[in-house]
Amino acid sequence: MTDLAARLEGVGKSYPHFILKDLNLELPTGSVTGFIGRNGAGKSTTIRILMGLVHHDRGSVTVLGQAMPMRQAAAKRDMGFVSEDMRLYKAATLAWHMEFIQSVFPTWDQAYADTLMKRFDLQAAHPIKGLSHGQRVKAALLLALARRPKLLVLDEPTTGLDPVARHEVLAALMEAIADESRTILFSSQNTLDVEQISDQITFIDKGRIVESGNKEEFLDRWRRFRLDVPRGASVPVLPGTMGPGVNPPGSRLNVVVTNRFEMSMVAAYQAAGITVQAIEPLTLEEIFVTTVMSKKEGATQ
Amino acid sequence: MHSDLVIARADGRPMYVQIMEQIKQRIAVGDWPRGEEIPSIRQLAVSLSVSVITIKRAYLELEREGVIITQHGKPSRVAAEPNLTSHDHAADLAHHVTEVARLAALIGLSHDDLNARLHDATDQLKKEQP
Repeated sequence: MTDLAARLEGVGKSYPHFILKDLNLELPTGSVTGFIGRNGAGKSTTIRILMGLVHHDRGSVTVLGQAMPMRQAAAKRDMGFVSEDMRLYKAATLAWHMEFIQSVFPTWDQAYADTLMKRFDLQAAHPIKGLSHGQRVKAALLLALARRPKLLVLDEPTTGLDPVARHEVLAALMEAIADESRTILFSSQNTLDVEQISDQITFIDKGRIVESGNKEEFLDRWRRFRLDVPRGASVPVLPGTMGPGVNPPGSRLNVVVTNRFEMSMVAAYQAAGITVQAIEPLTLEEIFVTTVMSKKEGATQ
Repeated sequence: MHSDLVIARADGRPMYVQIMEQIKQRIAVGDWPRGEEIPSIRQLAVSLSVSVITIKRAYLELEREGVIITQHGKPSRVAAEPNLTSHDHAADLAHHVTEVARLAALIGLSHDDLNARLHDATDQLKKEQP
């Protein structure tokens, strides 16, 4: 990929109780990247570095061709940001916010704002303080989307939304990238949302990126084997395999998960006298949990 | 307009497989006419709220199977004589074999017993056919 909306190279940031280590992340133009991690894994810090809100200690960050944080003013003209703790003025109305943003950003698209307002069921005349959490998220998203930013960065946009609102938000995000010059990075705890709309997936844990890649390849690489291991046979250790800790020694039925699946593994098990009963794909949630747990146990082969 | 394709969460199969299957069904019944243009990858991604890369993969596989045709820089089209069957059966077989293996394990059927059952079923089918 040569055309990148953003690139983080060897980025690090040290806090007294948290260290972000050697972060490498590329956001290809026109793509959606899903950023998954537990609470405190470093998602928000990474996003804030990308936005120029937090200054990194090591490495380089380039956003829309601008070096961050020095050139953040230039980059931010074309960036939209929505986070959980959005600072909208509680006493002001949505209309006031729209007018304010329109006065700052010449790319503001009022017709699109009106469309989104209708679709999100929002009223321009309502003060922010009277809105529910879901309505506030949608209002903030509207304010970001109607600017038609080149790069949209969203920190947990679907957290705490009801199913209908989540559906509306995901649809609006996909609509934004109908124009292939636009790019989205969004963090989420909801692996289903990420699995649905992401082209690229990145897992972060304890300040490090633990997995990253094209979603389709990613889901293809992971498989769960259900093995029938006759007495006397032992399970060969194949590349990328990890036992999820449910195989007591000597048990006949074994479950093995791999992140480097190849059909040749079936032959390898059969050669060891083992019957492969099933090969199952994993959901993104299962992959994430397995990745984090196996790193914790150091169990990856 | 093409959001009549529906991804089923409870289906369990990868999203790209579901999309391929539904496109084939649309073509088979003529909703997507032969030789006609089909939505671009990005258009379909937006209308289904599914990632571009997933639709891209479905289109690539459909192209490989001869169901759709993509010429560089032009919109994809339904093939004039789309091949709607061959791979379906192979994929179905793979799926069912896995299921059979799973069920056999569930009821504790031995490897040999399972083989015998498969033999019987094959013989039975031969007898039934004229």
